[in-house]
Amino acid sequence: MAHDHNHEHDNDLDPFAARVRALETILTRKGLIDPAAVDAIVDTYETRVGPRNGALVVAKAWSDPTFADWLKRDATAAIASLGFTGRQGEHMQAVFNTPDTHNLVVCTLCSCYPWSVLGLPPVWYKAPPYRSRAVIDPRGVLEEFGLRLPAETKIRVWDSTAELRYLVVPLRPEGTEGLPEERLADLVTRDSMIGAGLARQPA
Amino acid sequence: MNGPQDLGGQMGFGPVAPEMDEPYFHAEWEKRALGVTLATGGFGAWNIDESRHARESLHPAIYYAATYYEIWIRALEILLKRHGFLSDADLAAGEAVDAAATPKCVLRAEDVAATLAKGGPCDRPVAGAPLFKAGDRVRARNFNPTGHTRLPRYARGKCGTVERVHEGFVFPDTNAHGKGENPQRVYTVVFSGGEIWGEGADPTLTVSIDAWESYLEAA
Repeated sequence: MAHDHNHEHDNDLDPFAARVRALETILTRKGLIDPAAVDAIVDTYETRVGPRNGALVVAKAWSDPTFADWLKRDATAAIASLGFTGRQGEHMQAVFNTPDTHNLVVCTLCSCYPWSVLGLPPVWYKAPPYRSRAVIDPRGVLEEFGLRLPAETKIRVWDSTAELRYLVVPLRPEGTEGLPEERLADLVTRDSMIGAGLARQPA
Repeated sequence: MNGPQDLGGQMGFGPVAPEMDEPYFHAEWEKRALGVTLATGGFGAWNIDESRHARESLHPAIYYAATYYEIWIRALEILLKRHGFLSDADLAAGEAVDAAATPKCVLRAEDVAATLAKGGPCDRPVAGAPLFKAGDRVRARNFNPTGHTRLPRYARGKCGTVERVHEGFVFPDTNAHGKGENPQRVYTVVFSGGEIWGEGADPTLTVSIDAWESYLEAA
């Protein structure tokens, strides 16, 4: 079927852009929201709170057995000691991958995600394909991320159904002995801290 | 409720299709949607459970067709109207037409950093000893409430093992409906893939949920 005209999706003409703009205008005129506060919220999650936080937590856990033990017992406090606190990170639990067991985190019921250490969740984490399949076909899901686990590896899926938020601590890659924490953190991807990937190998 | 949000084990949604180097936002309006949602959450007029319930109460056809920020905004309009901050006349005009209720708090730019850093802890003290301990076999109750619940359908009626006993947390099933926080202990309960999915389940799979105490009974 011929369908050759181009759709030019200008954000300003997007019906949903207009809807959100109208809502913000109404609430601002009523004195209910401060547009500068909205700017500050956006700036926080665009520039300050992101997966680098979690990567630093993981790198410290790899480097410092005392910290790793604290992270296992009381992740909220251990993570707060590095300065990472706040919304959607109030009740943290760290789950450690082992050579036998791979951990994967999902929220089948909405989009619960540890914002304080990973920032805002990616679209796929919030969308039906991942939320529906992570609990029934995690191997199939992981293969779509390019991760093929050995058949004997156990898979533990953590469905974030309450207010606990999960941070996966991936296995430390081989050949990284002696690397400082900052360099180790470069190997810790966002996906590896959800369980949808592994830590990178050093270059 | 057995709404569109309860996705675990559903089929037909296709591949996950992760986007490489995905940006935090895919359009400017998504930024405003995030900011407006968080700023209005600061009114203190509703809680996170009521907002989750507003999202899952969208018609399934709308919920599945929407991006997540669209879900947020559609639900936010409902919450704002329910609590007297927004009217249909406002929305029709795209202007402030009707007077609004007075929120407990209006979030100012200078307070954003402290507010976000503080978050909204929902652990609460509970009296008495936990009903279950680590290692106990439990069954998730089989119920189908029309209101909010955080017990996914795939776990209902299934037997699992308590792995960890947590502190008390606000009970979403009542808190979402203005019926109080009624905190209960939460347990991490682990189910085998076979218990949940039956024949053909991945034998290496275990799935855990975090369940409030009243979701569980001894098995």
